[in-house]
Amino acid sequence: MSVARSWRHQVQRYNLIGTSCNSCGKYFYPPRTMCPGCRRDGEIVSYKFKGTGEIVTYTVIHTAAEGFEHQTPYVLGIVKLDEGPSLTSQIIVDPTDIYMGMRVRPVFRKLGDSGEKGIICYGTKFVPE
Amino acid sequence: MSVGIVSYGAYIPKYRIKVEDIARVWGDDADILIAGLMVNEKSVPDMDEDAATIAVEAARAAVSRSGLDVNRIEAVYTGSESHPYAVKPTSTIVAEAIGATPVMTAADFEFACKAGTAAMQACMGLVSSNMVDLGLAIGSDVSQGAPGDALEYTAAAGGVAYIIGNKESELVAVIEDTYSFTTDTPDFWRREGMPYPEHGGRFTGEPGYFKHVLGAAKGLMEKLGTSPSDYDNAVFHQPNGKFPRRVAKMLGFSREHIKPGMVVSRLGNTYSGSCMMGLAATLDQAKSGDRIFMTAFGSGAGGDAFSIRVTDRIDEVRDQAPKVEELLEDPVYMDYAMYAKHKGKIRRA
Ligand SMILES: [Zn+2]
Repeated sequence: MSVARSWRHQVQRYNLIGTSCNSCGKYFYPPRTMCPGCRRDGEIVSYKFKGTGEIVTYTVIHTAAEGFEHQTPYVLGIVKLDEGPSLTSQIIVDPTDIYMGMRVRPVFRKLGDSGEKGIICYGTKFVPE
Repeated sequence: MSVGIVSYGAYIPKYRIKVEDIARVWGDDADILIAGLMVNEKSVPDMDEDAATIAVEAARAAVSRSGLDVNRIEAVYTGSESHPYAVKPTSTIVAEAIGATPVMTAADFEFACKAGTAAMQACMGLVSSNMVDLGLAIGSDVSQGAPGDALEYTAAAGGVAYIIGNKESELVAVIEDTYSFTTDTPDFWRREGMPYPEHGGRFTGEPGYFKHVLGAAKGLMEKLGTSPSDYDNAVFHQPNGKFPRRVAKMLGFSREHIKPGMVVSRLGNTYSGSCMMGLAATLDQAKSGDRIFMTAFGSGAGGDAFSIRVTDRIDEVRDQAPKVEELLEDPVYMDYAMYAKHKGKIRRA
């Protein structure tokens, strides 16, 4: 990811900043600028998610993408936040301990870097609550 | 006007390695080492943790412990000897992650193991002059010891954050005064681009640690007209278990004085976090009216002494974030091979 593109999304990664619709009460992550239900009657505002949620499903990665080889085996999961939206994230947990429905909370971790000379990308991962 | 601690937060990675597992690799006698260092095990960061992520976790704990408005934090200073970047501040990462940006000032501090207390002193100055409302001072490190070097047995990972303010009703502890003692002493150093620090071996004790801790501690008690009997607890920098015990005795503090803050045997030396972690553990069990004496040490070299008085607000905030004792509970132990991988000492070809 380019430095500029990574930086534009930094706020959402650091703190799970999304949006919510004041008209119908729905929450969006990643943030939406228009509510698909209310359309023009929707009132979209910025919203910082609590970050707690539960594991909907997960997979254990044994053959990692470039730059993540040293972390295998690691867990990728879909987390359903308590406010509703779901997102995919690395779950920091022993692969033998994870289960569907496990409660999780957010932590601040290194997501990766672009080599020894590049910028370090930080953001949110999840650990068992 | 009073200046002091509005809130505090600590973070310790969950992994540990035992001194005996390191000693086995290098053929050292674990029993002699454990008796000499008075350290049994040390914390190890996860592979995606560094001084910045640890600083963020500690800062978030401090913010949630007091429930204050983060926009009131107008200065963020992070002390570390393991900042992830050579050029690019750790403190901006922390400030952004707690949501305190953009109307604020930030900078990183370096002074071996006392960069965090130097940051506390800077925040004290800023809040007492009303230049800022609240200041955030952090000590965070993922310290490295060269494989086989004596430092490898104790170099640990952890961080502690203190929010400094000047409104008496908000303070969990008043900082009555601070006093520093500093000289140019080459007891420990790391040159730019070098992965591991160098040190003066046995030279580091007397002209480094003891001279500067004693200089700062005696100087502060003289200035305030206090003596060890005026204090309920004391905390000294903990590069191992032996130095703080010995310096406490030299100053006239008892074993009971230093007991609540002695975390090094189960944690190792968290460098910039070391003394501040001891203070956090002491605050975790403090009662209103308790007086705490603290002296941090940083190689290079200097000592920062603080005289602290706990207020009744401690009971309102204490349980709102994890205590140091809770962070030390239920560690996950790793062997030397896994430790070497975590610390980047071995890499996949
Ligand atoms: Zn809507």
